[in-house]
Amino acid sequence: MTDSNSEQPKGGTATVEEPRAGETLLKVSGLKKHFPITKGLLKRQVGAVLAVDGLDFEVRSGETLGVVGESGCGKSTMGRLITRLLEPTDGSVEFEGKDITHLGVNGLRPLRRDVQMIFQDPYSSLNPRHTVGAIVSAPFKLQGVTPEGGVKKEVQRLLSVVGLSPEHYNRYPHEFSGGQRQRIGIARALALNPKLVVADEPVSALDVSIQAQVVNLLDDLQQELGLTYVIIAHDLSVIRHVSDRIAVMYLGKIVELTDRESLYDTPMHPYTRALLSAVPVPDPRRREKNGRDRILLQGDVPSPMNPPSGCRFHTRCWKATQVCATKEPPLVPLATGHQVACHHPENAPDQEPGDTEPLVRS
Amino acid sequence: MTDQPAEKPEEQKADAVPEPADTAAADATDAADAADGTVDQAEQDAQAAGGKVADTAPGEPVLDKKPASAFLEVRDLRIHFPTQDGLVKSVDGLSFSLEKGQTLGIVGESGSGKSVTSLGIMGLHTVGQYGRQRPKLSGEIWLNGQELLTADPDEVRKLRGREISMIFQDPLSALHPFFTIGHQIVEAYRVHHDVDKKKARARAVELLDRVGIPEPAKRVDSFPHEFSGGMRQRAMIAMSLANNPELLIADEPTTALDVTVQAQILDLIRDLQKEFGSAVIIITHDLGVVAELSDDILVMYGGRCVEYGTAEEVFYEPQHPYTWGLLGSMPRIDRERTDRLSPVKGSPPSLINVPEGCAFNPRCPYADVPKGGITRTRRPELRETKPGHLSACHMDQADRERIWNEEIAPKL
Repeated sequence: MTDSNSEQPKGGTATVEEPRAGETLLKVSGLKKHFPITKGLLKRQVGAVLAVDGLDFEVRSGETLGVVGESGCGKSTMGRLITRLLEPTDGSVEFEGKDITHLGVNGLRPLRRDVQMIFQDPYSSLNPRHTVGAIVSAPFKLQGVTPEGGVKKEVQRLLSVVGLSPEHYNRYPHEFSGGQRQRIGIARALALNPKLVVADEPVSALDVSIQAQVVNLLDDLQQELGLTYVIIAHDLSVIRHVSDRIAVMYLGKIVELTDRESLYDTPMHPYTRALLSAVPVPDPRRREKNGRDRILLQGDVPSPMNPPSGCRFHTRCWKATQVCATKEPPLVPLATGHQVACHHPENAPDQEPGDTEPLVRS
Repeated sequence: MTDQPAEKPEEQKADAVPEPADTAAADATDAADAADGTVDQAEQDAQAAGGKVADTAPGEPVLDKKPASAFLEVRDLRIHFPTQDGLVKSVDGLSFSLEKGQTLGIVGESGSGKSVTSLGIMGLHTVGQYGRQRPKLSGEIWLNGQELLTADPDEVRKLRGREISMIFQDPLSALHPFFTIGHQIVEAYRVHHDVDKKKARARAVELLDRVGIPEPAKRVDSFPHEFSGGMRQRAMIAMSLANNPELLIADEPTTALDVTVQAQILDLIRDLQKEFGSAVIIITHDLGVVAELSDDILVMYGGRCVEYGTAEEVFYEPQHPYTWGLLGSMPRIDRERTDRLSPVKGSPPSLINVPEGCAFNPRCPYADVPKGGITRTRRPELRETKPGHLSACHMDQADRERIWNEEIAPKL
């Protein structure tokens, strides 16, 4: 495993310069994805699911950006937009300074080498009729790359990098456990030596002990290969463990974006605080105390077809005032490197101090 | 698995219980005899030392078919599935007890036998349908002074839903998509209560209201697909509470849910338990959920209990290396962030071919601490490390305490 850096496939990637750590690798501005809802024979559009509704963020080279949120907040759609598996409705995605927002199939092919994805469900993301060898070598075939020493040797090297045995080359996915399958998916993502890896819930389908193995593997690979990760997850403990910076999403928007320490020590958005307080803590002695601190959000996430006016969180927020229902809070830095979209943030000065009348909910 | 010793030590077989098939057949007759108190089965079983068996010194288990004193008592439960590949020993000698108003957490990886145990208590293994072979069950399950495994299936059927009920993991597949939520709750209620539809419907509305579904009178006519995940789980809970059960089994009740909804559901289960005073078994792989709810914790590995104790003991003085591994695998939000997690290496064992000796030995970093390779030849018995806290490990108490205090605890 130690020599993995020296043996990278030379085929197509050797000429590209490695981006320096800390440089902006991916820049997203005003990104939107609306899925149309059609009705009737003529497929007349009657509405839209505002899955992602205006995202602005950057991913710096060498870092791990964590994205958290409840189901239905658009985090997976975001992952598919930045890997360009979906066509954005609006906004732009720049990868290494190049606009990739509306590239076609041919234009995207070189990009696929640099941006790879690890999927959530290791059962449905591997073709059951292909051998592991065929699955992991597919990227080479599609890109027309012949790695040094041949495809088979390279695939076997990749399998050993992710902690599988090279003899697994001719086996089928059903012969593996969930954790091993996830490793196959990781090997496939690493095949072309990508710069950015987007992992959509990479460990949520796995048992806790296997989850820790995969988290450690992702960590090792980042250090060895200098990868940049965007990790999408709903588990706040996992996100804290793996991320350098974290974006919290709610109903298609980022409500808080900051580095790990500030998010977990001084969360500013009420939604982030509620999420953090809801995490079950594996410590029976804290049970009593925790019960008192817990902020229980009422109800479910509203429908993204018809999001609430103003601040989208106002329907469930205990701090909401009149202004929250009418004016949408912008995502602004309230401390160094700590962006929040809230009129009445925690741990920071109130943005709308004049408005104190609590919101009356119907 | 290649490092397993090939030969099976004979003494292991000698003190093992008779074949499950024999016991199952023998159970019926024994049960009748046991009522007269004539049969003493003390020597029949040498492995049933699990759980809090009353007045049983560790190492000398007694299986006397006496009615249990506890509300629920499971003794030496074995559930084996005959398959084409071999006998799957999903649960292999599990014992525990539970009082009313208490919560027992069962933790373990997938395939450790947690769910099979719960289905066994519910009596859902007895029917061999779709041409499957019947699983082989043995042991005893005492609920409220009644033995369930040897009881008439019709009797158990009457208990199911009324005395014992279950919250399943995936509400979308546990609810019938074709019937309204109300219909399904009404059905569960009318099976056990002789009431008219109107009264049953009122009960359904009342239950939906109790579990926090908004506008219950309207929502009672909704179909499962019209509910969100959290609401479906609430509806499931409402259904399982329809008959005020005394034992509630929750099998991964929050695994499919978001943290915010998970917190709501856990609070709901806690409140309902306070209100109805029922006994709760919560089955999960999430140690956080267990810590939130449980009084006692049972850690399962390879179909057996490897550690049993109060929540406090299991989290603060865990005795088994597998429990250490589980604790080390979890990223902790309440502690300083560690650079690396310390997971259990390898993957869970096949239940057809459970490793010889201690089932955990191929994955255990301390398998060589006890002398003479005993971990690979002899299965460790569940022993008391202190009153009420049991652990199945060959290591000496001193070694375990040293390793926990010096090597494991500082890294968590």
